[in-house]
Amino acid sequence: MSSATITSEQGAPATPERTGQPAAATGDRLFRLLTGGAAWLVLILLLGAAGSMAWGGREAFQTFGWSFITSKDWDAVGHQFGALVPIYGTIVSSVIAMIVAVPISFGIATFLAEVAPRWMRGPIGMAIELLAAVPSIIYGMWGLFVFAPFMSEHVEPWVTEHWATLPVIGVLFDGPPIGIGMLTAGIILGIMTIPFISSVMRDVFQAIPPALRESAFALGATPWEVVCKVTLPHTRSAVMGAIFLGLGRALGETMAVTFVLGNAHDFSLSLLMPGNSIAAAIANEFTEADSPIYHSALIALGFLLFVVTFIVLAIAKFMLLRIERKGR
Amino acid sequence: MSRQPMNPIVRRRQITNAIALVMATGATLFGLLWLVWILWTTVTQGASALSPALFTQMTPPPGEEGGLLNAFYGSAVMILLAIVVGTPIGILAGTYLSEFGKTSVLAETIRFINDILLSAPSIVVGLFIYELVVTTTGHFSGYAGGLALGMILLPVVVRTTDEALRLIPNQLREAGLALGLPQWKVVGYVIYRSASTGIATGVLLGVARISGETAPLLFTALNNQYWSTDLSAPMANVPVVIFQYAMSPYDSWHALAWAGAFVVTAFVLALSIAVRLFLRPRSFK
Repeated sequence: MSSATITSEQGAPATPERTGQPAAATGDRLFRLLTGGAAWLVLILLLGAAGSMAWGGREAFQTFGWSFITSKDWDAVGHQFGALVPIYGTIVSSVIAMIVAVPISFGIATFLAEVAPRWMRGPIGMAIELLAAVPSIIYGMWGLFVFAPFMSEHVEPWVTEHWATLPVIGVLFDGPPIGIGMLTAGIILGIMTIPFISSVMRDVFQAIPPALRESAFALGATPWEVVCKVTLPHTRSAVMGAIFLGLGRALGETMAVTFVLGNAHDFSLSLLMPGNSIAAAIANEFTEADSPIYHSALIALGFLLFVVTFIVLAIAKFMLLRIERKGR
Repeated sequence: MSRQPMNPIVRRRQITNAIALVMATGATLFGLLWLVWILWTTVTQGASALSPALFTQMTPPPGEEGGLLNAFYGSAVMILLAIVVGTPIGILAGTYLSEFGKTSVLAETIRFINDILLSAPSIVVGLFIYELVVTTTGHFSGYAGGLALGMILLPVVVRTTDEALRLIPNQLREAGLALGLPQWKVVGYVIYRSASTGIATGVLLGVARISGETAPLLFTALNNQYWSTDLSAPMANVPVVIFQYAMSPYDSWHALAWAGAFVVTAFVLALSIAVRLFLRPRSFK
């Protein structure tokens, strides 16, 4: 980031007139137009995506109004569409994902910053990042054929036996151990977001001024105290940014969730029951939608997802920018 | 370290430290465990389904023998189309950001938006291209699939190009300009050449990213059971075939899906590792 600042201050004069050669000036102007046009295209694509989905979903929004968000009816035959169940599923699965991913990612970042010997940092960091490169459909297949049976045989019976009797939150864990459901989907989402959160956290941990860490060590702080009393307060906003980045990924993740969430439009408090998410509903039903209003309702779901992820990712970006400015 | 009796407060702090660091190590092992587990599953399930037929035969109806030839072909064509569409636009936009826009408000806005596109849900891209191409032409097509993949590739290329160009020292630009070269020639002949590894990294990482993308292809390219070279018609592709076969009740289809998953994962991981090892001497965020 800092190199960019220097570039801009000492940068080559961008005015083409300076050469006094008309041909060169025309070439430069053309080049600038061409690159500028490509850059604008990035903006236009984003606006176009938002606009086209708002347009495609207009029929659903007009027909159902606010009840599209608050109603849990999803009846393709009766043409009644309410998105509450997928919205709820998206939020709950993402929250489970964050509960899994945030502490683990923090541990990984701490390990890479304070525990691992220098030669080990590169390979382990890369191995964790490879988790992000595995296509999400592979997570889906593995989730459906390997992880869901594992959950239903080994984890969920235990969870039901020990946690379902707890007051208040017990209802979350009361259900048949079928393996497919909100809990399984949330855990898989968590695993998928670990590389995103941990690699950003590691980068910001490594970017803090060495003098800060060294002075803490000089005062006799233990490595753990340096992490939680110096590094973490100093990088707080970037760490939040990393978490929001992971949340943004989890909210919009489609294929893995489609495989293991069960695509059920019934509302259930239990995390062991099948549910639905916005992305999974679109992936499962889009090519089967047989009426214009059904279609429109699915695109409207896409619009909601887009708006929510946009906001979450924008917050993430703002928080990460703050630390970059601080570091300059 | 001295061996005198330890102050209880120091002792407690050291125990806390030890516990925390052990837990951090445990978290890392936990993270690596999933990678190993997923790769192990893919390799064991996929390798047993590998056969020459996989690359020589078409996708079969249930219960019959077959391969994924048409799907591999369709995927390759659409990835190629995505590269042809996404790379030039991405490089040009990245060039604008680093050479002209720099830290202006417009450039920072575009970087911001680009970073959001980079993490935006791919299913949203699929819906957008569906609205843009499929509804206007009236049918699913290979073109739509390639465009959707190109739109996912684009922000990766924009970002890496921007970063790669900004690493080029200014003296290089100044030297070219001092020779009287117009700026477009300086960028075209000097800057791009010095930044070529960085740009190639971006393109290859983008290809790794789109190779396994499924969601956007569901409503753009859809699928096709047969050998199809017509880009304006629905086109077979590996991720959608994996999706449909894995969700099906047939064992032979499951085996094919695992074989496809194995090939895709091996390709994507090999590409990611190669890029990191060979092209990227130091990682930039």
